[in-house]
Amino acid sequence: MMLEVKNLSVSIHDQPILVGLNLKVEPGQVAAIMGPNGSGKSTLSYVIAGKPDYEVTGGEILFDGENLLDLPPNERAAKGVFLAFQYPVEIPGVATMTFLKASLNAQRRARGEADLTTPDFMRQVKAAAQSLKVEPDMLKRPVNVGFSGGEKKRVEILQMALLQPRLCVLDETDSGLDIDALRIVSEGVNALRDAGRSFLVITHYQRLLDHIKPDVVHVMSKGRIVKTGGADLALELERNGYRDYSEAAA
Amino acid sequence: MTSHVSRLRTEAETALDAQFATLDAKGARADAFAAFQAKGLPSRRDEAWHYTDLRAALKHAAPLARAPDAARLQRAGAELEALPRMGSTRLVLVDGHYAPSLSDRAPPGVNFVLAEATPQAGDALLALNTAFAPAALGVEIAAESGAVALDIVHLDGPGAIYARVALSAPKGAQVSVFERFEGATTQTQRNVVAVIDLAEGAACDWTTLVADAAALHLEAPVARLAAGARFTNFALVCGPALARRQIDASHSGPGAKIALNGLSLIDGARHADTTLSVRHSAPHGTSREFFRHIVFDEGVGVYQGKVIVDPYAQKTDGGMKSQALLLSPNAQMNNKPELEIFADDVVCGHGATVAALDPEQVFYLQARGIRRADAEAMLLEAFGIEAIERVADEGVREVLNERLREWLKGRAA
Repeated sequence: MMLEVKNLSVSIHDQPILVGLNLKVEPGQVAAIMGPNGSGKSTLSYVIAGKPDYEVTGGEILFDGENLLDLPPNERAAKGVFLAFQYPVEIPGVATMTFLKASLNAQRRARGEADLTTPDFMRQVKAAAQSLKVEPDMLKRPVNVGFSGGEKKRVEILQMALLQPRLCVLDETDSGLDIDALRIVSEGVNALRDAGRSFLVITHYQRLLDHIKPDVVHVMSKGRIVKTGGADLALELERNGYRDYSEAAA
Repeated sequence: MTSHVSRLRTEAETALDAQFATLDAKGARADAFAAFQAKGLPSRRDEAWHYTDLRAALKHAAPLARAPDAARLQRAGAELEALPRMGSTRLVLVDGHYAPSLSDRAPPGVNFVLAEATPQAGDALLALNTAFAPAALGVEIAAESGAVALDIVHLDGPGAIYARVALSAPKGAQVSVFERFEGATTQTQRNVVAVIDLAEGAACDWTTLVADAAALHLEAPVARLAAGARFTNFALVCGPALARRQIDASHSGPGAKIALNGLSLIDGARHADTTLSVRHSAPHGTSREFFRHIVFDEGVGVYQGKVIVDPYAQKTDGGMKSQALLLSPNAQMNNKPELEIFADDVVCGHGATVAALDPEQVFYLQARGIRRADAEAMLLEAFGIEAIERVADEGVREVLNERLREWLKGRAA
């Protein structure tokens, strides 16, 4: 099992958000998590990545059998966990290129690998930028500063392509994207699908799953997974809404 | 009944009296010292010094540094070799005294002259400088001398060091100055005044680097601009235990532009004060102040910025910003922006912020694999570089960026 979330309970400011959540993701699997607003989807993604504001009151998150909760965010990243942010953070004063290189080399160092040479780095960035239709000039600008919503999401996927994580958590990557951007981003994600890489795709809407076909769909409500099914479960949700599941969790 | 309470003289004030007596000075120096004596060292009771209590901080007055002898000049020469040249003409002051043997010859159209300092109205800092400073180094630029680029180096040893520089630029002159303070130790108490006179349309870009370990660094640039002149100053302050830069910039002719910028890196028990006064006395003037402060440990940052717009200075365009990052629970920042506007058709604004590093930014970087300490250093570097970006010259910017990186690395080590 690549990811195993066991009986995870999480609070923020003493308010329980996740209550005994269980979830398994197998290597190579694309798992969608759908659910209404406030069901705890984003909290789950942040807790996997290690955001400090959340208090884990119980359970564990095993990644390759190791409890991620014991590790700071950077070590989780070096082990192959990647969160594509719903709202990528703007960092004035840090050029995107500088940030990409620092990220890549930090992860390499953490794994005991040598830094990438500048030409190798440039080649990889150029290739990733081209396939995601990211203008090279954008990468000279400060991280996410002045980027449109679509540009920010494309650069998130570009980071994913460069860092080659093994578990990709996409937190509402479709929000704020127009149809063309949605297609480009989805193609970027699909290009990274392989037997050794898993995806946790968090979304409100079926729309994204037309482009990124999930192997399994989990429905989340009130802080736990309340139903698991195949890709057709997403279509059913699209027709009937989340009403049935809100009650199931109650 | 009237009562008269005389101030208790501090040990440092008594020592200054004794030092001044040894000079046997008369005239303007004696007048300036008398003016100093009347009020003594400024303390928190003086509004302009409220956050920098010099009276309390100056426990003793260091002995006056002597004029450099041959051996001192030789040592200074060796120290100079380690400092990359930042302008085509180097001017060196050793312990406050102009050192022609270590300086370049004046370029065509420029004269270096020594002259008795003209008194500057002002507070204790200026009065002490007038009383004690050796002959002022005057830089006189002739009309149509082309662009002048000066590399002014102050090489200071221990002791009380007073220095005075006076630069006058004629109509339309273009001057750039890189001024650096080097060599000071915890035994150094420094007091430097620079008087900058810019005639009509003259432009001066002045960068100041204060990175040595002086116990006390007092510095007062006084810039006076005529119509259409431009004065830009950037200062990086990161070394002294107590630093105060007090900038006085004013323009008497219309259309002048003043830009004062800086970055203070404050850690340990250091204290860095930027106090400035910009006076618009003629219409259509522009002033911009942009200062950033990074404060760690028990460090104390002070920013006092006053912009005065006189009644005739219509169409003044002023903007002032001071932004501080506090990185430790006991770090302190005192921000006091002030606008005094007596004209009715002006655009003036100010903003002062004090914040910690943004945890969302730190997390974002960490989530990409960057260690927390490195993430914080990246954000601090970015914060500093955004201030340094105000320096027009790329070479100067690179020197300042490198200083910033070194400082951050020194903290991380």
